[in-house]
Amino acid sequence: MASRRVLLLLTGWSPAVLAAGVNLQPPVTGIAQDIYDLHMLLLYITGGIFVLVFGVMFWAILRHRKSAGHQAKHFHENTTVEIVWTLIPLLILVAMAWPATRLILQQKSSAGAELTIKVTGYQWKWHYDYLDDGVAFMSHLATPQSAIHQVADRGEHYLLEVDQPLVVPTGTKVRLLLTANDVIHAWWVPQLGVKQDAIPGFVRDSWFKVDRPGTYRGQCAELCGKDHGFMPIVVEAKAPADYQAWLAARQKAAAANLEDPNKIWPLAELVARGEKVYTQNCVACHQANGKGIPGAFPALDGSAIATKDKPGHIDIVLNGSKKNAAMAAWGKQLSDTDIAAVITYERNAWGNHTGDVVQPKDIKAARGGKA
Amino acid sequence: MTAIDSALQPAHDTAHGHHAKPSGIGRWLFATNHKDIGSLYLWFAFSMFIFGGVLALCIRAELFRPGLQFWQPELFNQFTTLHGLIMVFGAIMPAFTGLANWMLPLMIGAPDMAFARMNNWSFWLLPPAALLLLLSFAVPGGAAAAGWTLYAPLSTQMGMGMDLTIFAIHIMGVSSIMGSINIIVTILNLRAPGMTMMKMPMFAWASLITAYLIIAVMPVLAGVVTMVLTDRHFGTHFFNAAGGGDPVLYQHIFWFFGHPEVYIMALPAFGIVSHIIPTFSRKPLFGYTSMVYATSSIAILSFMVWAHHMFTTGMPATAQLFFMYATMLIAVPTGVKVFNWIGTMWQGSMSFETPMLFAIGFICLFTVGGLSGVTLSIAAIDIQLQDTYYVVAHFHYVLVAGALFSLFAAVYYWFPKMTGRMYSEFWGKFHFWWSLLWFNVTFFPMHFLGLAGMPRRIPDYNMQFTDFNTMASVGAFCFGLGQLIFFANMLHSLRHGRPAAAKPWEGADTLEWQIATPAPYHSFVEAPDLEVGENGRIDAMHGGKHH
Repeated sequence: MASRRVLLLLTGWSPAVLAAGVNLQPPVTGIAQDIYDLHMLLLYITGGIFVLVFGVMFWAILRHRKSAGHQAKHFHENTTVEIVWTLIPLLILVAMAWPATRLILQQKSSAGAELTIKVTGYQWKWHYDYLDDGVAFMSHLATPQSAIHQVADRGEHYLLEVDQPLVVPTGTKVRLLLTANDVIHAWWVPQLGVKQDAIPGFVRDSWFKVDRPGTYRGQCAELCGKDHGFMPIVVEAKAPADYQAWLAARQKAAAANLEDPNKIWPLAELVARGEKVYTQNCVACHQANGKGIPGAFPALDGSAIATKDKPGHIDIVLNGSKKNAAMAAWGKQLSDTDIAAVITYERNAWGNHTGDVVQPKDIKAARGGKA
Repeated sequence: MTAIDSALQPAHDTAHGHHAKPSGIGRWLFATNHKDIGSLYLWFAFSMFIFGGVLALCIRAELFRPGLQFWQPELFNQFTTLHGLIMVFGAIMPAFTGLANWMLPLMIGAPDMAFARMNNWSFWLLPPAALLLLLSFAVPGGAAAAGWTLYAPLSTQMGMGMDLTIFAIHIMGVSSIMGSINIIVTILNLRAPGMTMMKMPMFAWASLITAYLIIAVMPVLAGVVTMVLTDRHFGTHFFNAAGGGDPVLYQHIFWFFGHPEVYIMALPAFGIVSHIIPTFSRKPLFGYTSMVYATSSIAILSFMVWAHHMFTTGMPATAQLFFMYATMLIAVPTGVKVFNWIGTMWQGSMSFETPMLFAIGFICLFTVGGLSGVTLSIAAIDIQLQDTYYVVAHFHYVLVAGALFSLFAAVYYWFPKMTGRMYSEFWGKFHFWWSLLWFNVTFFPMHFLGLAGMPRRIPDYNMQFTDFNTMASVGAFCFGLGQLIFFANMLHSLRHGRPAAAKPWEGADTLEWQIATPAPYHSFVEAPDLEVGENGRIDAMHGGKHH
């Protein structure tokens, strides 16, 4: 495979090579298409300059060499030539700047959007909130841990697949409001031509309008810590009617899933649910075996906080750690039931056999009415 | 001028003992001789180059195939971070300072650097700083893992490795500021009579302008990492929105340092090449005056383009346009320099010894980096390329094929003057062709990876990126291996090289070639009277005394 690619590279630019990922991905929005075309223009101009300038240099290297018996001429300035080779690049740059300026103004005009979605970057997943439609969900990496170590478990979309993609209607101007919860992330889907930093404490916007239904994949583009390489983005563009059907189904499911905050759960059910919450949210740092990563992320297995200090345990999960900024305040991200479940799980998993049960109402009380 | 001259001259010949060549470890620990300190800088830079290179190979080993083979993501991030910091602050900057120390006094007819004892301290601050960075791998939480740019608020999350890094940056900053003061004062005050500013060698001009850039921006870097430090430990909220701060503020301040820093690593390279190309073309530098002005314009423009590193932060369109236009403008003086070098080669009588090969390689590949830089400067396109492997390819063309190749060219060029011996021309040329080949195998495919959508700073990737990553990793290991050839050539030639003539290069015409080889331990203790042409060409030298 590699040798074939190298061979093709050496023998010339065949279309097969061009299709195999040496250029920008096929654009599916107007902006992405314009970026693609502008980049091709730049490639031709800069390529032409390179060939021209170094053509002259290699001509000199061939002809004006001592071994060819060439005698040096001792000129060392020429005002006319120097003015010409200052002005020509300037004119070329102006010619490049003109289409670039038009494109930038277009990229920046997010007015007239028909659908607004709030995107929040978390370490290391994305949260999507359809502001006007009451649908919101977290989008996690769907590639299993085993695939990272075993080739056999890898699918075509290894590391570029999520449990719940962002779904948008085609032919609709979609505006994204981007922010982040902890550090700076960047939301990037190459085929849409959108890359925008998500900055904690600030809201930035961007927009796109997809023409073709399909699935488009991207990744976080700003280093955001340990699992920066493991928080992909998947956008599914559906025809408007399909989108409406999807939205209605999501809204119905959300209503059905509303949980009674006062329900008393049995231990086994909480532990089972807590394990899922743990796998999605905690495993990246504290690890599946609860041992953490010494020096960076503390162990939960056998730790004082997960075996003895129950109020402290609830507090650190709800409000984050005051000592270590890497421990997020999960109260903002997870429901009372999920937090109760994950704490119960942590107090009864691995070598921790406390038998403690934490109920959703305990979390509600700990929030002190803040939630 | 006279007062300074006489102050710097050794007392008188009878009280000779204290400036005879010292020996033992004391010669290096208490070094005040510019040649000794220059050598210390160069050895230090080379060892940091090896250290940073090993980190690079750790990165490339992990990226050889998809999946996680060798390192956990956290450690991988530490490697990318330290690789960047060590190459920039440990290898390239000290190497240029070392060359300036060695060659500037010889090129302008000065007895030594202006502040000889400060010179000693400038150097000896560096090893402790490097040690801090090295040790940070061993502290709880490991080394800094926020990328060499240390963006907040990610850098406020790290363990104490980040504090060690911040302290190391402070120390290295102090070192380079002191080194720069020395370079500026030496050039402005210690030129021999006849060596006027508009005649002096381009390497002196480049070092002078670079030194001003360092003094202007290193305090800015020190300031911003101190703000991170106080955010981390003393409850300030410079970069924390919850306390009224702004994470993007960090990037503005960092890149106000960071962009001039790019030219701190490029301008001395321009200076070096502006001597090597004329020497081996046996023809004076074309457009000396425009070279001086182009270098100055690049330095001034470098303060006005910082936010082109931040096009995806969501700046308003007007800011994007301003920074895009300003960035594109830099292509004009840079183009002038390339055209001048080619104008120098045109109608010359060229020969292709190792320094010339590296200089030509520099011009070609630096220009590739420049042209991809023009592409990146277009903010609309940069949206797709920001933080991808395209950017990694771009800045390695500028820093490896640019700064590093020029350093190799300089070391080969001045090796005879420094050591009194010739290096092996065969192995020098082999080193060049080997490096040229594997450099391109390593970094050219990264353009494709970036265009196809691979973000930088990730330890694992989708299978579609496999082929080019494998190629880049193979290239990187071969490139690394080639540098051992350079090392062996230098070590062997230091002892066993053919004795060199005072002027081993037929076309060389600057002052350092007018004195004996190897350069006497104390040179120009009495300033010579010079008749000088452009670019430091010596037409006649009268007087001047060495020990």
